[in-house]
Amino acid sequence: MTKGVRGDNAVLLRRLYTSLYRIRRVEEEIVRIYPTDKIKSPSHMSLGQESVSVGVCEALRKTDIVFATYRSHAAYLAKGGDLKRMTAELYGKADGAARGKAGSMHLIDMSTGMMGTSAIVGTSLPLAVGYALAERMRGKDTVVVVFFGDGAQEEGVFHESMNFAALKKLPVLFVLENNTYAIHTPLGARVPAANFRERAATYKMPTQLIEDGDTLALLEATEAAAARMRAGGGPEFFEVMTMRWLEHVGPGDDLHLNYRTKAELDAWKAKDQVKLIGAMLDDAARGQIQREVEEEVQAALAFAEASPYPADHELYEHVYHD
Amino acid sequence: MTKLGTKPGREISYADALYEAVASEMDIDPSVFVFGLGVDDPKGMYGTTKDLHVRFGADRNFDTPLSEDAMTGVAIGAAIAGMRPIHVHQRFDFLLLCMNQLVNLAAKSSYMFAGAVSVPIVVRSIIGRSWGQGAQHSQALHSMFMHVPGLKVVAPTTPHDAKGCLIAAIRDNNPVIFVEHRMLYGNRGVVPEESYAVPFGKARTLKEGDDITIVAVSHMVVEALRAASHLEKVGVHAEVIDPVSLSPLDIDTIIQSSAKTGRLLIVDNAWTACGASAEIVAQVVEHFQQTRAIQVRRMGFAPVPCPTTKPLENLFYPNARTIAAKAYDMVKGADQHWLPEGPEAKEILEFKGPF
Ligand SMILES: Cc1ncc(C[n+]2csc(CCOP(=O)(O)OP(=O)(O)O)c2C)c(N)n1
Ligand SMILES: [Mg+2]
Repeated sequence: MTKGVRGDNAVLLRRLYTSLYRIRRVEEEIVRIYPTDKIKSPSHMSLGQESVSVGVCEALRKTDIVFATYRSHAAYLAKGGDLKRMTAELYGKADGAARGKAGSMHLIDMSTGMMGTSAIVGTSLPLAVGYALAERMRGKDTVVVVFFGDGAQEEGVFHESMNFAALKKLPVLFVLENNTYAIHTPLGARVPAANFRERAATYKMPTQLIEDGDTLALLEATEAAAARMRAGGGPEFFEVMTMRWLEHVGPGDDLHLNYRTKAELDAWKAKDQVKLIGAMLDDAARGQIQREVEEEVQAALAFAEASPYPADHELYEHVYHD
Repeated sequence: MTKLGTKPGREISYADALYEAVASEMDIDPSVFVFGLGVDDPKGMYGTTKDLHVRFGADRNFDTPLSEDAMTGVAIGAAIAGMRPIHVHQRFDFLLLCMNQLVNLAAKSSYMFAGAVSVPIVVRSIIGRSWGQGAQHSQALHSMFMHVPGLKVVAPTTPHDAKGCLIAAIRDNNPVIFVEHRMLYGNRGVVPEESYAVPFGKARTLKEGDDITIVAVSHMVVEALRAASHLEKVGVHAEVIDPVSLSPLDIDTIIQSSAKTGRLLIVDNAWTACGASAEIVAQVVEHFQQTRAIQVRRMGFAPVPCPTTKPLENLFYPNARTIAAKAYDMVKGADQHWLPEGPEAKEILEFKGPF
């Protein structure tokens, strides 16, 4: 798996597994509940991609910043986002992270450095760069992470953002979650060569490839990169191979669309990071985590159910900031 | 003014009408091609481009990288070279990434070069709604394009006009912003099998009436027609006009109707500020000044970004009942507090996400 420096660190493993398993269970519950129409929000599920967010965020400080995409349940939870406020948001309720105005695509929790997400592909990239610029101007050593999909690298703004971040040596960690599809279109139909790290390297930033969504490798790589960035080393670029298990948006399976094969998906399921990290714990420790997570998830769903809808007058609130 | 034929005929959906329009033009004109995110994917843009790559070849209906800005420029370049590209966008919101190319290049080329080049592109843009589409997947930005000389903007509502306008847009030698609405796709109507073009700049009177003129845009036409039938039940006869084409705009039909009814209610499927409704009011008022006082009102999206939660989303949009109530007040005098009973629009009730 990885150099194993931390393989024996039981506390760390428990933390990683808790985070991974928690996201997995939240996603599974959304899948279960979705057909009841209680969640009237287009949900781009992180199921299968949990480890990317967990591996990176576990290496960050609470004061570090994360920008992500519409597929951000994992990033939100991994960075410490409030689960109750997330479930209530998905239900469109007043106790939601954005009082029901955002839904699944725009999760935010400023208290943990999870910045609001955007549903326009590529648009968070320059925001992360700008945030890093501001932090540096004020003498802070904050690290800013931006998660984005393999589709986002096709937008011009990706290159413009990388160029500027590199030019100004800003502490931005670009994390490309390469699940090899943009909706139903494979990489081969979108780029002449999937040489993303080479592209980043032309902006003179260090790059790394993380295979199989490897949580431990990612954790270690992020810790090292964050240390370099805090010391003024400038932006870095990770390409993390991963796979979403469900359809592009929504709770369903999509093998019937025939744009990817069952064999391909099964191969990814066989190296499920949630299971692999779980298997590093003994049964008692794993069982305890699972029970605690289950309790928290069910409580969060009950919270969402019980929360009221926002009042009518809220429609007009927050258009401008007082 | 033209009227919709009432003869019985073949009924197909709005989505199928769009498909038929493109396919028939591709059939007769090899310079027509389609491209955009997802056009040849298994869902084929809600069926509107479903098998064009099979029928006409993979180089005439193809997917693109996520590069809207450059792809718009590519369309313009190909058009200057003599092709007739149709660039398709899953959501109108994504056109904001195309704005520079559309406004600075496409709209200007013919004029700036004194007619030396033409830019016959069609930009299909789908307005999203419902199931928590939210702030960034529900915008209707047609009036931003109406503002710009050199662009044409059409927003057909019926399957008949969807087909005829798309054919006209493809044949037009100018950039045409073709506005569709996700909630119209399932609507069925009579659509001739043969090829026909619906000329731009001609409004349709979908229902006649003497008491009030209701001009509605895109999906709001459907709601306005429902409002008109609520109003009929209480003896108010509304005339319902669908401009079909917003730029050029057939203001004459609206003026004639307003002259007849003395009351004009415009219901846009968009915000009202600086919008299509503002333009229509301005032109009507300019026409009638000092000769006639026309009562005018506007309705549209609440002046806020679209929220995802259903109770607030319901308040965000005008609907058949609120349109009827507003029209009723205009006819009977303010604050009648009459609101007809009625269910939510069926295409919205029945629409299930995720998208
Ligand atoms: C600018 C823009 N263009 C198109 C879309 C429609 N769209 C939403 S997600 C998506 C695919 C993005 O793929 P990728 O970046 O790989 O992320 P993934 O969904 O795989 O996580 C597309 C085309 C959009 N939201 N924004
Ligand atoms: Mg992807």
